[in-house]
Amino acid sequence: MSNFKKLVIEPLRKTNPVTVLVLGICSCLAVTAQLKPALVMGASVTVVTALSNFIISLLRKGIPSRIRIIVQLVVVAALVILIDQFLKAFAYDVSKQLSVYVGLIITNCIIMGRLEAFALSHGPWESFLDGLGNGLGYSLILVVVAFFRELLGSGTLLGYQVIPQSFYEAGYMNNGLMILPPMALIIVGVIIWIQRTRHPEMQENQN
Amino acid sequence: MKTNSIRRFIDKIKPNFTEGGKFAWLQSTFEAFETFAFTPNRVTKNGCHVRDAIDLKRAMIMVVIALVPAMLFGMWNIGYQHYISSPDIVNCQLSIINCFWFGFLRMLPMLAVSYIVGLSIEFTFAQIRHHEVNEGFLVTGFIIPMIVPVTTPLWQLALAVAFAVIIGKEVFGGTGMNFLNPALVARTFLFFAYPTRMSGDNVWIAADLWGTDAITGATPLGELAAGIRPTASALDMFIGTIPGSTCETSVIAIALGATLLLVTGIASWRIMLSVILGGGLMGLLFNAISANEYMQVPFYYHYLMGGFAFGAVFMATDPVTAAQTNIGKWIYGFLIGAFAVMLRVINPAYPEGMMLAILLMNCFAPLIDHCVIARNIRMRQKRTLVTSKASAK
Repeated sequence: MSNFKKLVIEPLRKTNPVTVLVLGICSCLAVTAQLKPALVMGASVTVVTALSNFIISLLRKGIPSRIRIIVQLVVVAALVILIDQFLKAFAYDVSKQLSVYVGLIITNCIIMGRLEAFALSHGPWESFLDGLGNGLGYSLILVVVAFFRELLGSGTLLGYQVIPQSFYEAGYMNNGLMILPPMALIIVGVIIWIQRTRHPEMQENQN
Repeated sequence: MKTNSIRRFIDKIKPNFTEGGKFAWLQSTFEAFETFAFTPNRVTKNGCHVRDAIDLKRAMIMVVIALVPAMLFGMWNIGYQHYISSPDIVNCQLSIINCFWFGFLRMLPMLAVSYIVGLSIEFTFAQIRHHEVNEGFLVTGFIIPMIVPVTTPLWQLALAVAFAVIIGKEVFGGTGMNFLNPALVARTFLFFAYPTRMSGDNVWIAADLWGTDAITGATPLGELAAGIRPTASALDMFIGTIPGSTCETSVIAIALGATLLLVTGIASWRIMLSVILGGGLMGLLFNAISANEYMQVPFYYHYLMGGFAFGAVFMATDPVTAAQTNIGKWIYGFLIGAFAVMLRVINPAYPEGMMLAILLMNCFAPLIDHCVIARNIRMRQKRTLVTSKASAK
């Protein structure tokens, strides 16, 4: 249980891949203008990290170290194509909205990072949990960012109107800056700011 | 005698705010008000220090004084634009007092919102971090209402001020640590967040005293972006009787402020001059190409339209965000002027190129300084090498 907690819960907070390791930022900018694509993207990345960690960990003793990156890429690419086909079959709208970003999961730094740093030196079950945790940590940030961007930028959540019409009649306007990618960076920055203020031990020494 | 009684009052309540007093947690706030009223009497204890009568607070107040002519003219112009565009115009309403009073009542809430929101955030941060309250916001809070359209809703203004102070300044550690001009951050925030309220023909002239409705009226920049020659004459634009952001239309009023800043040595003449040079040369270059109406506009029109003059005098020269080295200032200013004109002419979707040009160069100012200093070091190293070789012979 403690192992489970360490591997799955910690990446949600103190070793979060986005806010602490600052990985996977590019897709964080691209898919968070609305909540729905962010949820789907988060789920896809979680599946890919968990399964690729598991598979590479099984193979880890047979992979020659010089060609390990190629082997990892083959595994990840195969999984991503599966996910892509799955989305096209069952969630075509979202798949179109995400467009190239599903394919670009292959280049997501979190996946390669976990393979290199964890799966190559741990057992399959642990690696699976680690991949799951990091995928969930990534999804968490994605969902938080997308929540604020969709709510303030479009006045909707998951496509449903949330801010009542009477607000707009009283002079309220949607914030166009929220739709633009820079705002995702600023929101991630604010999350990092809040996290570090609450956990001073995470701040680097200021010399 | 009055000042003495204030001094006495401050001395009387001071113990409450020092370490161990009842209101010790409000120390930063107290100190801010004390140094606002009196020059601090603390002296340095060791080493030798150069002290100047002009500290940050006095410099900032000088900038505010330099802004006053533009502010007064802006107030008058708000009323003037309103009355000449209103359908039910009566001639007697056009008196200076009437126009000024209308503009004054429009500007007052904007100034109040800007200062209340900005200062409360500033004081909160100073208090949390146990810093002294810095004076930077005195100028920022004064400038922000001057560079937005008169019909900007107050809640949007409040949001922009909050964004500028928190994201533009406090995250980096407060006044002196920010790399972007906070007033421009506020304007850019409004421009991208609420584009319909920040550009177009329907925001520049107030329709009535309290609402956010507007009378249609295009600015010269707006007309040019649409491909028509400005209807206003160069003289009108120079005096400033044109629609535009509240207080940046009058080149004369801005020039008055610029004179004060240059005489007192607070703003850098190198930056002002090089911005004008850069903008002029880029304008001449476009004149030479003259492929469309916008490129054929005489180069000096760029000085008179939009926020060019205001930006060159009050924003490009912001000592915190500008380049620090003298050569760096020339490069920095020249590129601001050139980019501002280039953005206006090449990309009419962003009518106000000055704002984006200054922010862009704010980002590059540290790099420019770094290169200038590195070059200086290399030159000196070469020189010492040459002299040491010569003396060896």
